Amino acid sequence: MEVIVDQDRCAAGGLCVMAVPEVFDQRGEDGIVVLLDADPPAGHHEAVREAVMICPAAAIRLKEDR
Amino acid sequence: MNGVLVIGASVGGLTVVEALRRKGYDGRIGLVGDEPHLPYDRPPLSKEILTGRWPIERVLLRNREQLDDLDAELYLGRRGEQLDLQARTVCLDDGRSLRYDTLVIATGLAPRPLPFQPNIAGIHTLRTVDDALALRRELSTVRRGVIIGAGVLGCEIAAAARSLGRQVTLIDALPVPMARQIGGELGARIAAMHQRRGVHLRMGAGVCGFNSVNGRVGAVELAGGEVVPTDLVVIAVGSVPATGWLTGSGLTLSDGIECDAYCRAAPDVYAVGDVARWRHPVTGVSTRLENRTNAIEQALTVAANILRADRPYTPTPYFWTDQYATKIQVHGVIAPDSRIRLIEGDAAAGRFVALAESGDTVTAAIGWNHPRVFSS
Repeated sequence: MEVIVDQDRCAAGGLCVMAVPEVFDQRGEDGIVVLLDADPPAGHHEAVREAVMICPAAAIRLKEDR
Repeated sequence: MNGVLVIGASVGGLTVVEALRRKGYDGRIGLVGDEPHLPYDRPPLSKEILTGRWPIERVLLRNREQLDDLDAELYLGRRGEQLDLQARTVCLDDGRSLRYDTLVIATGLAPRPLPFQPNIAGIHTLRTVDDALALRRELSTVRRGVIIGAGVLGCEIAAAARSLGRQVTLIDALPVPMARQIGGELGARIAAMHQRRGVHLRMGAGVCGFNSVNGRVGAVELAGGEVVPTDLVVIAVGSVPATGWLTGSGLTLSDGIECDAYCRAAPDVYAVGDVARWRHPVTGVSTRLENRTNAIEQALTVAANILRADRPYTPTPYFWTDQYATKIQVHGVIAPDSRIRLIEGDAAAGRFVALAESGDTVTAAIGWNHPRVFSS
């Protein structure tokens, strides 16, 4: 799994950080998303998919192995 | 097997489809949307699209390949016209009749018109991407505009128009902007912010008519007799659930589609997003929310319930707004008379976290140009 974030789309809601704090963080100054782990371990995959869906700005995308 | 049919292809409807596939549902799915465009995101329309900061393609929620991967039948530019609960069919406006085992209704909202709104040029509403593009085109040519309705949408449009250098008058019947969404105390801050940017505020004012010049709006008349000359008007006085096509279907309609705590409107019929009114299982209150995170969370709950999870819907409301360089985020609900208590930051500098309190209860956390509201 490859996680891609678009900082220009991000609305700084922090919902992804609530979902998977191991993978997402927020910049201190403006709350914009910071990607901590672009290739998270399998144990986090389901939570990352949830974060993609709940992001209010559609700012997170995934490339999944098929 | 007729599978799942979703009427409404905005974020709520699309998320139901994605969540069903993600949870392993491999039956048929149909997705019907009344606009010709691929599913797109609405919050940027009154922000990045209106100011021109984003090209239009950026509002698309998924590209064609991602949609193809969902293996759903897409019916775009088509609207549902009739629901037959007994036969389990929805008739589309092109005469086709689609069968379903499970129906999801996510038809959203339509702008509420003013009762005396004339059919003349220069009067806009903003709901769709085509509305946003039409408004953007006109904003690039006019000198001044009037925005009627100072809710979140009206305030964002005022900010965008002002940022483009237009003269802007913002009118609302309530004493401060966004009073319904954030209460009187914070609404006063919104008023000050717009005034600092040069917006003319007419709060506590009623609009009683429009003057036209050669078939185009030329002025707005206020109840006190004041006439505000303008080249353009945007009406942003709220929206109504798009349920007209369900009249007589047997579903209970009352400012939205009435649902139980599981977002079920009838056996195997669910509603999602702005159009759905559900009985909140904790408060017991019949509730309808108009924001994007609600559409997503409700869609996830409905997808789970279609797959027999029996999950009651208990969201924490969240919305944000961007106006000029200010980002306001609200987790929870602010009552009109809430007390606002600062817990971090500097109110004078316009950067803080606050709590809204009613009686002894905290009902909302507010971030005002302050990230990480959750962690505060």
